[in-house]
Amino acid sequence: MTDPVLSVENLCTHFFTRAGVVKAVDGVSFDLARGEIMGLVGESGSGKTVTGFSLLGLVDPPGRIVRGSVRLAGTELTTLPDARLRALRGREISMIFQDPIATLNPMLTIGQQMKLAIDAHERLSRRAATARSTELLTQVGIPSAAARLRAYPHEFSGGMRQRVAIAIALLHRPAVIVADEPTTALDVSIQAQILLQMRDLARETGTAMIWISHDLAVVSSLASKLAVMYAGRIVEQGPTATLLRDPRHPYTAGLIASLPAMTKPGTPLTQIRGTTPSLLSLPPGCPFAPRCGKTTDRCREEPALTEENGRGWRCFHPEGSNQEVPA
Amino acid sequence: MTDFLSVDDVSRIFGPNLSLGERIAARLGGKVETRSVRAVSDVSLSVRKGETLGLVGESGCGKSTLGRVIAGILPPTTGRVAIDGAPVMENGTKVTTRVQTVFQDPFASLDPRMKVGDTVSEGPIAHGLTTRGGARAYVAQWFERVGLDPVWVDRYPHQFSGGQRQRIAIARALAMQPDVLICDEPVASLDVSIQAQIINLFLELTRDLGLTSVFISHDLSVVQHVSDRVAVMYLGRIVELGPVAQVFGTPAHPYTAALFGSVPKLVLDADELVRFNAIDGEVPSPLAPPSGCYYHPRCPLATRTCRETQPRTQPVSDLRAVACHHFDAHLKARSSDAQAGRAVKT
Repeated sequence: MTDPVLSVENLCTHFFTRAGVVKAVDGVSFDLARGEIMGLVGESGSGKTVTGFSLLGLVDPPGRIVRGSVRLAGTELTTLPDARLRALRGREISMIFQDPIATLNPMLTIGQQMKLAIDAHERLSRRAATARSTELLTQVGIPSAAARLRAYPHEFSGGMRQRVAIAIALLHRPAVIVADEPTTALDVSIQAQILLQMRDLARETGTAMIWISHDLAVVSSLASKLAVMYAGRIVEQGPTATLLRDPRHPYTAGLIASLPAMTKPGTPLTQIRGTTPSLLSLPPGCPFAPRCGKTTDRCREEPALTEENGRGWRCFHPEGSNQEVPA
Repeated sequence: MTDFLSVDDVSRIFGPNLSLGERIAARLGGKVETRSVRAVSDVSLSVRKGETLGLVGESGCGKSTLGRVIAGILPPTTGRVAIDGAPVMENGTKVTTRVQTVFQDPFASLDPRMKVGDTVSEGPIAHGLTTRGGARAYVAQWFERVGLDPVWVDRYPHQFSGGQRQRIAIARALAMQPDVLICDEPVASLDVSIQAQIINLFLELTRDLGLTSVFISHDLSVVQHVSDRVAVMYLGRIVELGPVAQVFGTPAHPYTAALFGSVPKLVLDADELVRFNAIDGEVPSPLAPPSGCYYHPRCPLATRTCRETQPRTQPVSDLRAVACHHFDAHLKARSSDAQAGRAVKT
């Protein structure tokens, strides 16, 4: 296997609030190969967005990366001085956010904003910058791109705005893009267009992607591997098909089973009982134990990572196999 | 069974609210938006007693506006909504409590400064369904019904999670003892694991209380799960209406087919895990809808007729109706595709 372009090890991002320490990300590890798309799935508060922000060094106080390492093509990012990090951000690693209205500056034309993003890292003539911007807008599917450079964000629809945000993220052909629920705010027909385009773009440009979403089906349509987060931890990860057809962690299995498409219409859905825990008052041991149907005394300890055939999970009583983790 | 809830030829137009100055400017040729939006155009439908009608469509298609008109929150510009023959609104005022609504965002729909018990009892007290003295017991009964602990009535909304708040919103609607429940995206803002709980609650309550309901959602899999019949809206019009299994199984309108095709679906027992296709183009602006059939600029089957004349709603079978000039050809093509075992593409 080739060296991963992004390698995250035991990443811990904690927020030091007045109410206590919130361990939003607590021991996350994964590798990402060049051109690979990884889906990061989880419910709100599971730490998936904070993980994404941590990779780019965008965590603001009271939050802080307290432990762990993020290596981008060999460079350690967590200890990098701000100025050096700024030089990488947008050039080597960039981010697409959920809300394209908040991402774009309403006072500047699209062309001006793209020029600013180019100027941040490169010296290009106005003409060359326009050419690059036009090329990227065309690539993400914006019709008559050259003319649209003079338009303001409010003149675009939601889907088109998100395409502009994607084009800006791609300007410097970064090695890694972190996409935080970029299609959640869009209509399904527009979402489908963007998903198909992103799949092709990753293939063509070799950009690796982390696609953060709460929607299993959306992530699975893009990603070759998945990581499922719960209460700040990756509880299961592995190749998309294996993980979906043969989930090991009861939470993953519960998420898949609770999809309406998995149950006959009109009959009760399989539900996960209880609610997502507050990160301020996590029970000791496995964070999913209070909601899990398989909980035993052992679950009061934190389960270690079990690895097998390129996949991994954190559970003492995994689904699908009868083998229990030996005590 | 007879029609219980009937919507007759309802349209709702939102005009620009022009000030005197703007009207003068417009008269003098200034750039003032004077066009109006037909959010809902000529919609007729009926829901039988105990039935759940799903209402689907992309944002801006008018599904929420239609929901609000049915719920008596917005007066229709023309047309009439009636429950069991009695009108929901008269002279722009809601005159019945038989229809209640559950909204999308339980963070916005509950008053943050009111105890949740008071929020639930306010309506029933005002309409004489309970008394001030009996309110506590009355609310407790509804709290239990929706799976909340009755000791929580003195808490404030911020002390609850999203799923619990949605249960409170459902309790508030049900405490008015309605016959018809309008649910406007009730699970859209909830986490996946909580969605299933609220959907199960909805199924249980509508069955046990014999509620007639309209379930509005952009999530087709949720609508497919809870509805008996489904109406598909596009730019303010219903393009297709029929029993869920038929509309989802063999869509008669090209838009229905394309919309269902564009949702990524997990297919765990096939080689290809997720199936979806994209529809070309975007929804046109409702300020300037296209000529003829509103869907023709995006439709692969569009002909001259489609560009020129608006299709009338015509019956496909007993329970189904579609507004498309070419639905016959479309249905035939799809069924032969299915017989040949090919993936159905649009």
